[in-house]
Amino acid sequence: MAETTVSPATQTEKEEWFGKKERKLLVDPIDNDNPVTVQVLGVCSALAVTTMVEPALIMAISVTLVTGFSNLIISLMRKGIPKQIRMIVQLVVIAFLVTVVEQVLKAYNYEVWNKLSVFIGLSITNCIVMGRLEAYAMANKPWRSFLDGIGNGAGYGLILIIIAVIREITGKGALMGFKIIGPSADYLINTQTSALFGWYQPNGLMVLPASALFLVGILIWIQRSRNRKLVDVS
Amino acid sequence: MSNRYIIIYTLIMTLVVSVVLAFVVKGLEPMHVANEEVFKKKEILGAIKEQLGADLTKMGDKEVLELFKNKVEQVVLDANGKPVEGEQAEKISMAAEEKKPEADRHYPLYIFKGDKGSLYLLSLRGMGLWDKIWATVALQDDFNTVAGISFGHVAETPGLGAEIKDNPNFPKQFQGKTIYKDGQFVSVGVIKGGAKDKNHEVDAISGATITSSGVHSMMQAGLTPYLPYFETLKKK
Repeated sequence: MAETTVSPATQTEKEEWFGKKERKLLVDPIDNDNPVTVQVLGVCSALAVTTMVEPALIMAISVTLVTGFSNLIISLMRKGIPKQIRMIVQLVVIAFLVTVVEQVLKAYNYEVWNKLSVFIGLSITNCIVMGRLEAYAMANKPWRSFLDGIGNGAGYGLILIIIAVIREITGKGALMGFKIIGPSADYLINTQTSALFGWYQPNGLMVLPASALFLVGILIWIQRSRNRKLVDVS
Repeated sequence: MSNRYIIIYTLIMTLVVSVVLAFVVKGLEPMHVANEEVFKKKEILGAIKEQLGADLTKMGDKEVLELFKNKVEQVVLDANGKPVEGEQAEKISMAAEEKKPEADRHYPLYIFKGDKGSLYLLSLRGMGLWDKIWATVALQDDFNTVAGISFGHVAETPGLGAEIKDNPNFPKQFQGKTIYKDGQFVSVGVIKGGAKDKNHEVDAISGATITSSGVHSMMQAGLTPYLPYFETLKKK
C-alpha cells in the first residue's frame, strides 16, 4: 500500500518485501540482539514458566504473536499517537490483544486455556513487548515493525525453550511430559530396577526458579565467549 | 499536540477498544458457559475415573453430560449436614458459598450409582499459593475409604503447585487411604519429607510447600461439613 505512494526522494533506500534488511530484523534478535541474553528483558517470565517445556512453548508462541501484532498496530497508529500518553496507548493495545487471544482460546480450546490462562495474562507485563513498541514500532513502518516483533518474540521463545528443555530433563527426568528417567515403572529408565542407572537422582534444584537464573547466566557466558563483540555492549 | 486532541484521542481509543472487547466477550460467552459446565462435571467425575468403566479423556461433551444425568444422584446439604429439599447440587457454586457465613453455607454431594455400589463425591475448597484450590473426594460407601480424588486450581505454578492436578501420581497416592483412625476423624495428611502413617498420610510435592500445605488444610476442613450426614446414613 504505502510502497506505491512513496516519493522518489525517500526511494533511495529500496523498499523490498523481504530483503537483507528484513531478514536481519528477524534473525538478529534470535542471536546477536537476543532480548533475554543481550537486552536482558523478560527474565522474570523466563524463570517462572520454564520448569516444563509445554507451558514454555505456549508462552513463546503467545508472546511472539502479541509482539508481532502489537508492533504492527502501533506502527500503523504511530503518527496519530500523542507523545504524552504514548505508553498508555501502547499498554491498551497490548492488553487488548492479550485479552482477545485469551477469550478465543477459552471458547475453542477450554482445556488448554485452563492450563495456561495465567501465562497468557502474564505476557501483558512482559517488558519485551513494550520495549519493542517504544524502541522500534513508534518510528518504523508497519511491515518491518511486524517482522521486528516476530523476531524478538522468537528470540525470547528460543531461550525459554532451551532453558525449559534442560530444566525438565534434569529436574523431572522427562521431556514434554514423556517420562525418561525416574524411580518408577512409568519411566523409560526405571532407576529402581536398572543396574546401570541406579545411582541417578533427579536434581531438585532445577525445579526451583533459581536454577533458571543460573542457566540464563550460562547462556549469556556461552554467547559472549563465542561473539566477542557483545562483551562491551552492556 | 493540544490537550483537547489528547483527551479526544483517549476517549475514542478507550471507546473503540471497550466496544470491540465487549462484543468479543459477549459473542463467545455461550461457548464459555457450555465449556464450563462440561469441565465442571468432568472434574467431578475425574475423582472416580477408574470406576467409570470408560475413558473420561476420550469422552465427548455430550457423553459426559449424558453419563452425569443417568448415573449421578445429587443431594444438597446445609451447614448442619441436613439434606436441603428442592435444590440441585450442580447449581451450587463453591466459590459463592465460601463468601457466606459458615452457618448459611450449602454443600453439594454427588452420589455415583456404579456397578460396584455407590460412591460419594464431596466438594472441597481451600487456598493454594497464588489463589484458590479445590478438590472432589470420592468416598466408598463405608464413608471411610478414599476411592479417588481430583484436584483443580486457579493459578498454581505449573511444574510446581499445579502438579496436584497435572501429575497423576499425586492424586493416586490418596487411593485407599482412610479418613478415620480408631473411630476418630483424622482425614488424610499431606506430609513434607515423606509420609509415615501409610493409612492416613501422603507425600507432599517438592518445591510446592505452600500448595501442599494448602491441600493438607483443605483435607482437614473440607470434609467435616459432610460427616454428620454420613453418620445418619450409617445408622440406617
